[in-house]
Amino acid sequence: MNAGTKFAIGAVLIVGSVGYLMASGVKQTGQYFLTPSELSQKIALDPSFYNVGMKVGAHVVPGSVTRDLAARTLRFQVTDGSARYAVLYRGLPPDTFTDSVEVVVEGRLQKDGIIYATNVLAKCGSRYEAVPKA
Amino acid sequence: MTVLGGLCLWIAFLVGIWGALAGFVGGRQGRRDLEQSARHAVFAMSVALWVAVAALEWALFQHDFNVEYVASYTSRNLPIFYTWSALYAGQKGSLLFWASVLSLFGSLAMVLTSRRHRALLPYVAGVVCTVATFFISVMLFGQANPFHRLAYTPLDGSGLNPQLQNPGMVFHPPMLYLGYISITIPFAFAMAALLSKRLDVDWLVAIRKWTLLSWLFLSVGICLGMWWAYVELGWGGYWAWDPVENASLLPWLTMTAFLHSVMVQEKRGMLKKWNLALIIGSWLLSIFGTFITRSGVISSVHSFTQSNVGYFFLFFLIAAATASFTVYGRRLPLLAAETKLESMVSREASFLFNNLLFVGIAFSVLWGTLFPILSELVQGTKVTVGPPFFNQVNIPLGLALLGLTGIGPLIAWRRASLPNLQRQFAVPVTVGVFTALVLLVGGMRDFYALMAIALGAFVAATVVQEFARGTRARHRQYDEPYALALGRLLGRNRRRYGGYIVHTGMVILFIAFAGMAFKTETEATLRPGESTVLKSPYGWTYTFTHLGVSQYDALNRQVTAATLEIARDGKRLGVLTTEKRQHVDGLGRPTFQPSTEVGIRSDLREDLYVVLAGLVNGTEQAVFRFTINPLVWWVWYGGMIVALGGLIVMWPGGTPAVKRTQAGYAVRLVGEGQA
Repeated sequence: MNAGTKFAIGAVLIVGSVGYLMASGVKQTGQYFLTPSELSQKIALDPSFYNVGMKVGAHVVPGSVTRDLAARTLRFQVTDGSARYAVLYRGLPPDTFTDSVEVVVEGRLQKDGIIYATNVLAKCGSRYEAVPKA
Repeated sequence: MTVLGGLCLWIAFLVGIWGALAGFVGGRQGRRDLEQSARHAVFAMSVALWVAVAALEWALFQHDFNVEYVASYTSRNLPIFYTWSALYAGQKGSLLFWASVLSLFGSLAMVLTSRRHRALLPYVAGVVCTVATFFISVMLFGQANPFHRLAYTPLDGSGLNPQLQNPGMVFHPPMLYLGYISITIPFAFAMAALLSKRLDVDWLVAIRKWTLLSWLFLSVGICLGMWWAYVELGWGGYWAWDPVENASLLPWLTMTAFLHSVMVQEKRGMLKKWNLALIIGSWLLSIFGTFITRSGVISSVHSFTQSNVGYFFLFFLIAAATASFTVYGRRLPLLAAETKLESMVSREASFLFNNLLFVGIAFSVLWGTLFPILSELVQGTKVTVGPPFFNQVNIPLGLALLGLTGIGPLIAWRRASLPNLQRQFAVPVTVGVFTALVLLVGGMRDFYALMAIALGAFVAATVVQEFARGTRARHRQYDEPYALALGRLLGRNRRRYGGYIVHTGMVILFIAFAGMAFKTETEATLRPGESTVLKSPYGWTYTFTHLGVSQYDALNRQVTAATLEIARDGKRLGVLTTEKRQHVDGLGRPTFQPSTEVGIRSDLREDLYVVLAGLVNGTEQAVFRFTINPLVWWVWYGGMIVALGGLIVMWPGGTPAVKRTQAGYAVRLVGEGQA
């Protein structure tokens, strides 16, 4: 067997393991990224969708935020205009979290209709610019 | 001044178009007058753009709030340091900065390139002018003119985002930009070599140094970015696999691959197609990075202003990729390898695997970054992958790469013999295995962390062995004292030993990354006098006692500071302060969200990282997050060592170029004789 063939085998092994790692990585760690309406459609079609880890990207409903800093819990609602979900997050929200931002909520929707969040990312439309003067 | 600035943009735009035409046509027809004109166009464009930069800086310092850009990113009470850096705080200024730096690099390439490569220069000028003109046209036609004036003049500007008011943010973006931008120069040389069909070893010499420079800027820029994220953002880490971070990592990976595979081309005349593809790919990835950071197509917590500018970049990316790969495809027959791979156990083989791994990592990072878009296209539902995906894929690949870092430099070219392998690897392998055993006995059970440290020890041993052998050889041969021998060894073989220093830095980085596997964290709500405990991975118990809160006004912010006393195993270590800052405008009204100033106490073993989340109902009862991050300092040290090694490799002088080319030539002749 000449070196070229051996190298080709080595290359196939590397490329194969990269491919395998990527495929299994996506399978094991991939999460749905849904809007609230997409989530409510999924739930309506397939009730097993409860208690599945996912990310929900939406706007915080203004005025819906209740912070209990001492207990480190945060309750708020998210919406994309049509569907609306309540979120319960135990932990410290990022600095940029307010009731007027877009958030990505990572967590699981339970039968009680509440998304129990494990992580909340806040995203200003333009994070590196000042908030527009109201 | 803004009139002058706007005018300069137009001048630069027109000169750029001329320079591109003159460069390509002049190069193709060999017309000296056009070639000269293209060269002058690069200089003229550079002058015009830098005058524009000066004009924008002038407007910033004059607080000319009638200029939209000035009003958006500065305010009267912004410290001067940050007023200056507001040049690249926003998109429009960044575009101007980008084009200016590119034209400056282009001018430098015109001046510094030696006579031997003169034939390439008109094309280089053409490419530089084309790319710079694209950036200028985004400013002029993409509603991104930094000199745009408002219909009214606000009394004060909106101020700079507090998260950008950090020394790291003054240096991180320009470094990253310098890295991104300077990739254009090797790309321009690569295109020039392809277009002019001068595809001998010569073009490589011209490209390598520029690639090294841009690799160095990018490395430093990425490290500064990690440092900024760590001290400023307060989430407790330095790398989150965010799309924006990935965008900076991608060209770094492909350039690192190139810097290795280029040696195979120099020494053995192989991999020419691959190397050119890597350079073109790196440059396209840098434009791609700009596209994702500017367009908002991928959801990122970093996302900058979302605007139609992104589509300009998408269009440019597609056009540039099509053009460059068309040229590349037509020249493929000229890029045949001069020799063949002779053995799997050889340096070229190990470099080939190294390259496959680098490109594999780059591909998986790109895939993970684009996955939400791809999955939506294919399945109709967005699926995202996060840090677990990137870690799961890249830790094994990174470890394989780390292993090759030890093997590649020591194994012989062409075909390694068994004695060669024994001589080179007996000691390092022993050191690696021994380290693994010690860690196992010591109770470390995290497989990846253990592998990272053991492989790191193996690589470090190869480096030490190389330095020791080289020094001893000089000591014997020239009768130099050991210190002098070591200095001369490094000074006279900068490329080789500088490379080893870079590898040492990488080993330190890998071990530091492994440290994060042992990070611990807790949150607590404390009244003054109350305390909480956290166990460190080294087995110590830290006690954090809340001492109290103070509030005061500083230049442009109201500060709420909480002070904590830290004790390790009951012994007092000192106090740590962590702040919440509310930035205010000139009239004392709040601007922006409150921001966190993390309290960090570092030593070589671990960082105590304390974030003040807030006060409960305005009392002194405060909510904290405590994190212990092992080995973080080594990330910064490792980064500095990598940069130092890169500088040594780049430093002019060392082995004269002529000698090096001759050496490469001789080897090629031998190779051809056998083929």
